[in-house]
Amino acid sequence: MSKQDPALQEWQDNELARTLARFPERKEAFTCHGGRPVERLALPKEIDEAYQDKLGFPGRYPYTRGVQPTMYRGRLWTMRQYAGFSTAAASNERYRYLLDQGQTGLSVAFDLPTQIGYDSDDPMALGEVGKVGVAIDTLADMEILFDQIPLDKISTSMTINSPAMVLLAMYIVVAEKQGVKAEQIMGTIQNDLLKEYVARGTYIFPPRASLRLITNIFQWCSANAPRFNTISISGYHIREAGSTATQEVAFTLANGLTYVQTALDAGLDLDVFAPRLAFFFNASSNLLEEAAKFRAARRLWARLMKERFQAEKPSTMMLRFHTQTAGNTLTAQQVDNNIVRVTIQALAAVLGGTQSLHTNSRDEALSLPTEDSVRTALRTQQIIAHESGVADTVDPLAGSWYIEELTDAIEQEALDLINQVDEFGGVVACIENGFIAGQIEDAAYQYQQQIESGERVIVGVNEFQVDEDVEVPVMRLDPAVEDEQVRQLKQVKAERDQEAVRQCLADLENAARSDSANLMKPVLAAVRAYCSLGEICGVLRGVFGEYRGRAW
Amino acid sequence: MELYRILIGKPGLDGHDRGAKFIARALRDAGFEVIYTGIRRTPDEIAASAVQEDVAAVGLSSMSGAHARLFPAVLEALDKAGAKDIPVLGGGIIPAEDIPRLKKAGISSVFTPGTPVDTIINAFREACCQHHQQRC
Repeated sequence: MSKQDPALQEWQDNELARTLARFPERKEAFTCHGGRPVERLALPKEIDEAYQDKLGFPGRYPYTRGVQPTMYRGRLWTMRQYAGFSTAAASNERYRYLLDQGQTGLSVAFDLPTQIGYDSDDPMALGEVGKVGVAIDTLADMEILFDQIPLDKISTSMTINSPAMVLLAMYIVVAEKQGVKAEQIMGTIQNDLLKEYVARGTYIFPPRASLRLITNIFQWCSANAPRFNTISISGYHIREAGSTATQEVAFTLANGLTYVQTALDAGLDLDVFAPRLAFFFNASSNLLEEAAKFRAARRLWARLMKERFQAEKPSTMMLRFHTQTAGNTLTAQQVDNNIVRVTIQALAAVLGGTQSLHTNSRDEALSLPTEDSVRTALRTQQIIAHESGVADTVDPLAGSWYIEELTDAIEQEALDLINQVDEFGGVVACIENGFIAGQIEDAAYQYQQQIESGERVIVGVNEFQVDEDVEVPVMRLDPAVEDEQVRQLKQVKAERDQEAVRQCLADLENAARSDSANLMKPVLAAVRAYCSLGEICGVLRGVFGEYRGRAW
Repeated sequence: MELYRILIGKPGLDGHDRGAKFIARALRDAGFEVIYTGIRRTPDEIAASAVQEDVAAVGLSSMSGAHARLFPAVLEALDKAGAKDIPVLGGGIIPAEDIPRLKKAGISSVFTPGTPVDTIINAFREACCQHHQQRC
């Protein structure tokens, strides 16, 4: 090991020294069982140009080895379990339980009507209220959701896209009422509409109107809520829809480039908004391919930001990401096997250098998870963090011939696919002409056919089956939840200042009709006046129209 | 063999249609003519398409837990549209204890995760045969 290497010395004196001064490592010494010290960063014998070009040092371009110089020796990833169901009060209780159990951030799941901008009493919401997440109709629900949770200390990730602006506005107003200023709030809104059209499906407005809302949020938050991540550019759902690992990277980064270009076109400053872009990837079961995928994505994004947008500031080029284990790999058969799958997938995410992680629960192929299963899922992360040792050295897989080869291959294939999307007119055109959805559908079909034919073994499903009655404790939601939510909404609507509501919605409509207006301000005003989510989205539906999904 | 036309529908707000699309494509490969509605259709829209396209069977997919309300709602919509005779099959994340209730409501088969695709194809073929009052 050439510890006296000048390049290494330079990194140690700069990035590493600065980080250690600000954030000491978790322990004074990391050791193996028996006392042998664990190296912070294992390196090749010779640090040549090829090494520096492809891998470099952690916390330095091209970030292949991680975005922080000390990675998990400094601070473990954020263990962030996605949760939220039925009512705001029930979700609030679950959040406080998870925080008590040692979870370090919140992640809010909203029900589908909320995600698609319908109030709980809308006929479209029938049967869906409180089913896959919490129902939020007005600010009153949001006040209950975060009751006694200090929003200046906890970071909150919200899985919300089309109505992201409305939910963000509600969050800001709840924080205000706690005495917390917008500039103090921390967290992330998903706010990634481009993937909704090809994979996740909770779109409301057509793509161009969605891009305007997103850019408005970037702009407002840059000035007012600088610690909030304004988007989580998500490959997770693209992968869940059946894409390959390479397609996941390619389509996600292509979406990211589109957001960057749109924001630049609107006159925003790259070095102000780009550092608040976050990513969200899937961790599937092929351990080595997944670990390589994360490394490839990090390097490719840094290179694209530098080459296409002449980025220079490190935080503008760094790909920071959240990971969730792959829901589609969970089986309804022999559900305990899912704990093992999740462990492998979570390990891949950690070996790949994730910033935060959600581990799925064993029973999610059957229903929403029970509290016991959620605890085991969280414990899985804690075991990886504290017992496995993989968090004690930076990027432990680096230098493996197979891993580096795979990292290079995924980066190159993803770049080729991004270039292909560009040739076909860019992401919006490829949504409209079905190219992206078609690519994902083809990959999904092939994969499932391999399972059907037995070519691909899924333990417990097409091999190693047992006779079993699939009877696990299933989380049941009380059907009365929907009626109660509707009753509360009616009460809030009856008690608010109706004139203020009318005025706020009229102001919002006027602003929406003017292309140059930023809609954050009128939405904040509407939320304060207890306008409902459905009313606000209804006004915008009237102005922007609605997108209708592909049939065939 | 007769060429049967069938409709695969996604009622409700749930956007997870990987399974629905796989089934649609596998049925197409198995010789059916398949119409896929796309996601987020109302029960009335699904029933209207089924009648308009004169399908021999309807397949419904739901992953969000809303099957208990939405599957019977599609049956009612078909009834209202005068197409009570079209058989309706369903699949998705459906707890075992819900299956008898769905069958009682009139859903002819219910498929849960891990069902081999051949089982599903056969069930559609049988449902179509019965609808046309033919022997398979």
